[in-house]
Amino acid sequence: MISLNINGAMRQIDLPGDTPLLWALRDGLGLTGAKYGCGIALCGACTVHVDGEPLLACVTPIADVVGKRIVTIEAIDQDPTGQKVQTAWLNLDVPQCGYCQPGQIMAATALLKHNQAPTDADIDKAMSRNICRCGTYPRIRAAIKQVATEVKS
Amino acid sequence: MNMPEMPTEIASATDENLSIINVSRRSFLKDMALTGFVLAAGFPSLLIAAESAQPKKYGADAMPHGWVDNPLVFVAIAEDGTVTIVCHRSEMGQGIRTSLPMVVADEMEANWLHVKVEQAPGDEVKYGNQDTDGSRSMRHYFMPMRRVGAAARQMLETAAAQHWQVPVSEVKAELHQVVHVKSGKTLSFGELAKAAAKLPVPDRDSLRLKQPAEFRYIGKGWLKIIDGQNIVSGKAQYGIDTRLPDMLYAVVARPPVLGGKVIKYDAKQALKVPGVVKVVELKSSPLPADFNPLGGVAVIARNTWAAIQGRKALNIDWDHGPHAVYDSDAYKAELEAAVRQPGKVVRNEGDVDAAFKTAQKQITAEYYAPHLAQAPMEPPAATARIVKGHCEVWTCTQAPQVSRERVAKWLKLPEDKVTVHVTLLGGGFGRKSKPDYVIEAALLSQAMHGQPVKVTWTREDDLHHAYFHTVSLERLEAGLDADGKPLTWLHRSAAPSIASTFGPDSKHQMPVELGMGVINVPFAIPNIRIENPEAEAHTRIGWFRSVSNIPRAFAVQSFVAELAAAAGRDHKDYLLDLLGADRKIDPGSLSDVWNHGESPQLYPVDTGRLRRVIDVVTRESGWGRALPAGRGLGLAAHYSFLTYVGVVVEVVVDEAGKLSIPRVDIAIDCGAQVNPERIRSQMEGACIMGVSLATLGEISFKNGAVQQDNFHAYQLTRMDDAPRDIRVHLLPSAEYDAPLGGVGEPAVPPIAPALCNAIFAATGQRIRQLPIKEQLRKD
Repeated sequence: MISLNINGAMRQIDLPGDTPLLWALRDGLGLTGAKYGCGIALCGACTVHVDGEPLLACVTPIADVVGKRIVTIEAIDQDPTGQKVQTAWLNLDVPQCGYCQPGQIMAATALLKHNQAPTDADIDKAMSRNICRCGTYPRIRAAIKQVATEVKS
Repeated sequence: MNMPEMPTEIASATDENLSIINVSRRSFLKDMALTGFVLAAGFPSLLIAAESAQPKKYGADAMPHGWVDNPLVFVAIAEDGTVTIVCHRSEMGQGIRTSLPMVVADEMEANWLHVKVEQAPGDEVKYGNQDTDGSRSMRHYFMPMRRVGAAARQMLETAAAQHWQVPVSEVKAELHQVVHVKSGKTLSFGELAKAAAKLPVPDRDSLRLKQPAEFRYIGKGWLKIIDGQNIVSGKAQYGIDTRLPDMLYAVVARPPVLGGKVIKYDAKQALKVPGVVKVVELKSSPLPADFNPLGGVAVIARNTWAAIQGRKALNIDWDHGPHAVYDSDAYKAELEAAVRQPGKVVRNEGDVDAAFKTAQKQITAEYYAPHLAQAPMEPPAATARIVKGHCEVWTCTQAPQVSRERVAKWLKLPEDKVTVHVTLLGGGFGRKSKPDYVIEAALLSQAMHGQPVKVTWTREDDLHHAYFHTVSLERLEAGLDADGKPLTWLHRSAAPSIASTFGPDSKHQMPVELGMGVINVPFAIPNIRIENPEAEAHTRIGWFRSVSNIPRAFAVQSFVAELAAAAGRDHKDYLLDLLGADRKIDPGSLSDVWNHGESPQLYPVDTGRLRRVIDVVTRESGWGRALPAGRGLGLAAHYSFLTYVGVVVEVVVDEAGKLSIPRVDIAIDCGAQVNPERIRSQMEGACIMGVSLATLGEISFKNGAVQQDNFHAYQLTRMDDAPRDIRVHLLPSAEYDAPLGGVGEPAVPPIAPALCNAIFAATGQRIRQLPIKEQLRKD
């Protein structure tokens, strides 16, 4: 049994320590907000926060995150920046199919927590790990800038 | 997209066809029949005979199970006032769960704040056709949904009038209540719900549809997408997210080569993986592939990861079958050889050969476009359970009814013992029209005695076993007069056909495929011949967003730019000259018997509309403006899915040959715009998908198997390489009674040629083979 701090609560998981966090969240705990897209750290759909840093859950064994603070999309509204990001996403109708958007929102929130006025180059760097097949990139960029503008004013 | 319906008389030319149609109910074989003998025989004598026997159906009328506009099927009003509107089309990012219910809500005067949307299960007898592809949902359901809303409104008004005992002419529905105009009395929709539900549904002829000036939501584009909140909070449920009590998780090792099968396998090591419950062989079906599961060996486990680990531990000997010869490099050479010889003539006007003899200049070019995989971010996934002889499925499908029929057939259950619940789709792009994965889930649940089983496709599975976009070679030859104007035009198009997936491989394209930008080019050229040489299929060919339009627009719109350059003329002026005077062309006169399944009278090819999108997009993009070295503008315009799209791409190619795309302008004329906001998002998305496939997209085969395993090898455009500034120009139209065009697909095809034309303008380098990949690199 492995204990993990997920979204502020201690959760018990009866899975081997080498199980990727993604599958522990999705299949073990029913937290399906983090998505499977590639399984080998290529698409960002599984992005979660571990101790405030964006991390790809599909290649992170649960044994490696014991004792760390894990935050998933399901609880990102408890973070003031996360909530602003969600609001901007809704304001601009960013999602199309929406499948990659939890990962996009986790990546954008992490970016904006560290950098309140990201340049286009900063946004490219932080967001290019996340693939969107529907092609919502222009709106993702605009939403990130909207949050940054709000924070500034 | 799905195959169109053709008159059944044609299809029933043989009993064999008829029986298969009755099973499949879809029309793949009907089309094959049409391709096979109608076109081969010259022109459609058979078709004419069929038409005289029975009027040909078009549009939604011609789709399996047609359309339904009964308000009792689509609308429910609760006493608390909540209006529930059913969406029977699948949501995959196009916004249909917002846009169709919005149409109903508008006509019935419902307040969107009190509207809930419920997703219909697969049941076309009840809801009408549910195949969510072909850019058809709004095109086919705008009017039925308006009637649903209008009928509901009139029932509420009648209920109120009866309550007040006043003539119905004195009452009016207004934003979730009915008002008695004289007295100012009101009754809310909730208060009227019970009484209204008891009234008869008004006759279709008695419905009063709103005037466009009365619309609250239609054409406005200010409603937020209905699933937005669930999406941004991670609560939205996709097929892969399904969880049921006692559910098991499966992945399947499928034959690497189409038509392959298991010789023997050893599951010992797999069964030792913690969490693995069972290993099950799934039989492979004989070809053609159809929607059948591919077979293989399934590993069923207590979680997805254990199933994946178990699969890795399997030891399987495969019989790869006859398609193990498939090699993309060799195949390209075959296609080249094919287009350098005469092929089956599919359109012929004037005397092309004679005109070549009088031409001042002859230009020839060949364009290659590879296989593509749809690669939706959510790979295929389905969950099934069987309880007391009733199979329930939860899945991300574009084809809920077809899924239901196929599960019923495979489990040997009557259709009413199968329920297919439709989840959100994490992208579809045509892949999820094919229910092979849904059948897998049902078979695996059956193997577990009805216990719920979710089958998840890994990304590798998705790329290895897609229904691939075709691979094609387009050869174009033109003879120019002294002014550089084409006198004569010869296009040979060779590509394996979707028909091969569903029947014997005729090696020729169907009317559906020919009608996607090969035969229906509306150019004013006196001598035109289109030929379709043979191309044999070696994998499952399927439809990918915008289908055969992709390679055709790439070839034709690149070639026009090449001709303009050869003639020393501005590309835009040259393209407009080729279109000639504004006119509405009968698609039949272009030998296009398909016309996207729509009436040639309602939907002629309108060159004036194509000219207008070119005018708008060139004006808005500043066509002709001076640009520094290494920068260029490229133009393309393409008509598909009854919609006209013009694109100007601006590129920068630096000294090392690195490509970037600062700006794209897109002008679209799709007729009246129901939800302009989602049209814009579809244009942005289609642009980025178009860039992605043009710059990076390629699936290739070696020894019959796909060479790309995951996103490192099958790359998709990421934010840093996406166009920075996409400007969408919607051509205004308020003609809501006029036929609508499609939106989901038609902006993809013109992107690749506009991009390649821009690269030519910037560098002088002409791209004739997709993807561009490293072709521009100088270092």
